[in-house]
Amino acid sequence: MRRITSIADLEALRRKLQEKYRAKKLRIIVCGGTGCRSNRSMEVVEAFKKEIKSLGLENKIDLKVSGCHGFCERGPIVVIHPEQIFYQRVKPEDVPEILERLTRGEVVDRLLYEDPNTGRKIKHVYEIPFYAKQKRIVLSKNGLIDPTSIEDYIATGGYKALAKALQMKPEEIIEEIKRSGLRGRGGAGFPTGKKWEITRMQKSDVKYIVCNCDEGDPGAYMDRSVLEGNPHSVIEGMIIGAYAIGANKGWIYVRYEYPLAVKHATLAVHQARELGLLGENILGSGFSFDIEIVKGAGAFVCGEETALLQSIEGKRPSPRQRPPYPAEKGLFGKPTCINNVKTWANVPYIIERGADWFSSIGTKTSKGTKVFSLVGKVKNSGLVEVPMGITIRELVYDIGGGAPDGKKVKAVQIGGPSGGCIPEELFDLPIDYESLTEVGSMMGSGGVIVMDENTCMVDTAKYFMKFLKDESCGKCVSCREGTQRMYEILSDITEGKASEEDLQLLEELANVVKDASLCGLGQTAPNPVLTTLRYFREEYLAHIREKRCPAGVCKALIKYTIDPEKCTGCDACRINCPVGAITGKPKEPHSIIQEKCIKCGICRDVCKFGAVIVS
Amino acid sequence: MTDISEFVDKCIEKHGKFLVPILQDIQERFNYLPEEALREVANRLKIPLVDVYGVATFYKSFSFVPKGRHVITVCLGTACHVRGGRRIVDAISRELKINPGETTPDLNFTLETVYCLGCCALGPVVVIDGKYWGHMTPNKVLSIIRRMREEAKQA
Repeated sequence: MRRITSIADLEALRRKLQEKYRAKKLRIIVCGGTGCRSNRSMEVVEAFKKEIKSLGLENKIDLKVSGCHGFCERGPIVVIHPEQIFYQRVKPEDVPEILERLTRGEVVDRLLYEDPNTGRKIKHVYEIPFYAKQKRIVLSKNGLIDPTSIEDYIATGGYKALAKALQMKPEEIIEEIKRSGLRGRGGAGFPTGKKWEITRMQKSDVKYIVCNCDEGDPGAYMDRSVLEGNPHSVIEGMIIGAYAIGANKGWIYVRYEYPLAVKHATLAVHQARELGLLGENILGSGFSFDIEIVKGAGAFVCGEETALLQSIEGKRPSPRQRPPYPAEKGLFGKPTCINNVKTWANVPYIIERGADWFSSIGTKTSKGTKVFSLVGKVKNSGLVEVPMGITIRELVYDIGGGAPDGKKVKAVQIGGPSGGCIPEELFDLPIDYESLTEVGSMMGSGGVIVMDENTCMVDTAKYFMKFLKDESCGKCVSCREGTQRMYEILSDITEGKASEEDLQLLEELANVVKDASLCGLGQTAPNPVLTTLRYFREEYLAHIREKRCPAGVCKALIKYTIDPEKCTGCDACRINCPVGAITGKPKEPHSIIQEKCIKCGICRDVCKFGAVIVS
Repeated sequence: MTDISEFVDKCIEKHGKFLVPILQDIQERFNYLPEEALREVANRLKIPLVDVYGVATFYKSFSFVPKGRHVITVCLGTACHVRGGRRIVDAISRELKINPGETTPDLNFTLETVYCLGCCALGPVVVIDGKYWGHMTPNKVLSIIRRMREEAKQA
C-alpha cells in the first residue's frame, strides 16, 4: 500500500477499503485465537477455503480468521455475518453442510448453542446469555476483523481517533483522558490522564512510552487476546498517548509464552510503519513516533514496571525503589509512561466518542468496562468484557453459568496471585477498584478463577505461594524468605503436620511480608493467604485438628477406596494403575492396596461406574 | 573463528547492546546457552560475565544444558491447577523418570512446566513441540508420549 501523508489521504483510503470490505454479502469468521487454534480451528479454515472454492463462491463469501471471540469453552467458533449466526465446536467435517445450508438460507441446528437452562437452541450471537450481559468496547472488534490486516482495521473505523487527536492540542487530549476517568487496567488503577500529565510535565529532550503486555498472572489471558486479536487498537492508543506526552519512541513488551501475540504485534507495527502511521511526520502533523517490540524471557516480576524497564535495558530485572517513578526517571533514565495493553486500547475509543460517553459507563470511581478471563470451575470459560460495577454474582452465574456438573461454587479468586479469594456470601459485591480492595482482594489485571466445593482453599493458598516464592526476584529478604517460609507452613498444613501455633505464625509472617517488601509482588503476596484465612479458616482447622481435607484434594490426607457395591470388576482400574496397587479378579469387586497407592487418581478417571471414592 | 563466536557476532550486530534478545537468539540457535557464547557476549559488550550470568539465570526460558529433541510443557496456571494439572506433571515424571526442568539421558524428552499459556478454557493443557493439547488426563498424555517413543524407535 502507498504511504499516506495526510488526514484526507487516510479518509480517502478508508472509503476505498470500506467499499472492498462491504463488497461481499456474506462474511464467515472463524476464530483464530490461541484457544480455538489448539482445537483445530485452522483446519476448519482450510476446509472452508477448499469448499468455497469448489462451490465457486469466492465472489460472494468473505472468509476471515479473527482474534479471540471469548467463548473459548465452545471453540472452535464460527460466526456468519451479517446475520451473526453462531456455530460452536465446529469440526472440518461440518463445513460442507454449513455452506450447503447457508446457500439455502438455512442453519445447521446441531452446531447451534443450546441454553443449558432452557434447552433452547440459540441462533444469534447477541441472544446467547454469555454475550448478552457483556459490554464490549476493547473487545468490540475482536471477532470482526482479521488482526493481520490493517485494511480491516481502517475499514471498521480504525485510526479515526488518531486523525482526530492530531488535530487537538496535546493538553486537550490529556484533559479528555483525565475527564473520562480511565484508570490503569493493569490492576493498580492509577488515573491514566494524570500519569500522562506527569510525564508530559517533565523537562527532558527525550521521553518514552511503554506498553506492558507481560501478562504473568496465571489464569489470565486478556492482554494476550487484545494484542493478538486487535493489535492496531493498541498501536493507535500508543501513538495518541505519545503525541499527548511528547514521546517519540515506544516499546511493546510481550511475554515470550505468547508467540501469536508477538507475531501479530510485530506484523501490525510493520504495517503501520509502511502506511506512514508510524515513523516520521505522521499524517503530515510534524509529529514522529515509532514502536519496537520486545519479547520477555519468562519472569513474572517483569510485569512490575521498574523491573520491566530494567529488562528492556538488559539488566537483571529486580524492581527498584519508587520514587522516582518511571514517569520522572524511567527507561535509560528518561521520563517514561508505562501503561497496560488494555489501557492503551481504551484510548482510541475515548478520543473518538468522548470522555462523557466513557464516564457514563461504570461506577462513580471506576469508569468504563473491564475485561476478565473467567476460568476454572465454571461452565462458560472465556473472555468477557463487562461494565464496571457489575456484581460478582452476575459475572459468575449469569455470564459464566455457574459451576459444571451441578457442583456448588465456593469462591472466586480475583486479581491473580496478588489478589484474594472472595467467598460466595460476598458475591453481591460490585466489581470496582475500591470494593475489591475492601474485602482483601484487588482488581488486578483481570483473572477470575472460579472454585467449587472440590477446590481446597489451603491448597489454593499453597499454590499461589509456590508461584510467588518461585517468582520472587530475591532482592528483599522479607519477600524472598517470607514467601518461602509461608510456603513451608502451608505445605505442613496440607500434609497434616502443622499445629494451631503455625497458623498464628503464618498470619504474623503474612503481615510482615506485606509491610516490609519493596515492590507490589511482595506487598501483595500474602493476599491469598490472608483472604483464605479470613473467609475459610474452618478449612485450615480441619487440616490441622482433624487431619482432614474437606475438598478431598490434599494427597497426604486423602485415601482412595473402591465401593464394592458399584464396582463391576471391569478391570479398567487395575490395568491402568501405574504402580500395581489394585487387585481383583475380572467381574468381581476390586480393591486398593493402600501401602502401594500413590494417589495419582488415574483409577478414578478410568472408572465408568463412579466406584472409586476419595475420602 | 568458531561457529559460536561468529553467531554471537551476528546477534550483536542485530540487537546492539540489548542483552535479552541476544541471549534469546543464542538459546534458539543452540537449544541452550553454551558457556563459550556467554563469555563471548560479555567480552564483546564489555560487561562483566557475572552480569550476563545474572540475567541468564533470572529467566525461565534460558537453559545451561541442552534441551531434548521433544519438549513437553505442562501448564500449571491457576485454571489448569484447579483442574488437575499437577497430576499430569506427576504422571509424565513417573513415565520418563525425570523431574520438571530435566531432560532424559537419551536427550529425547525435556519436561517443563509453565504458569499459564492463556488457553484456560482447555485446561489442563499440555504443549508438546509447539502443539497444544487440551482437556488432558494422565492417561491421555501418557499414550501420546508412548506413541512418540515408538515413532522415535522406528525412525
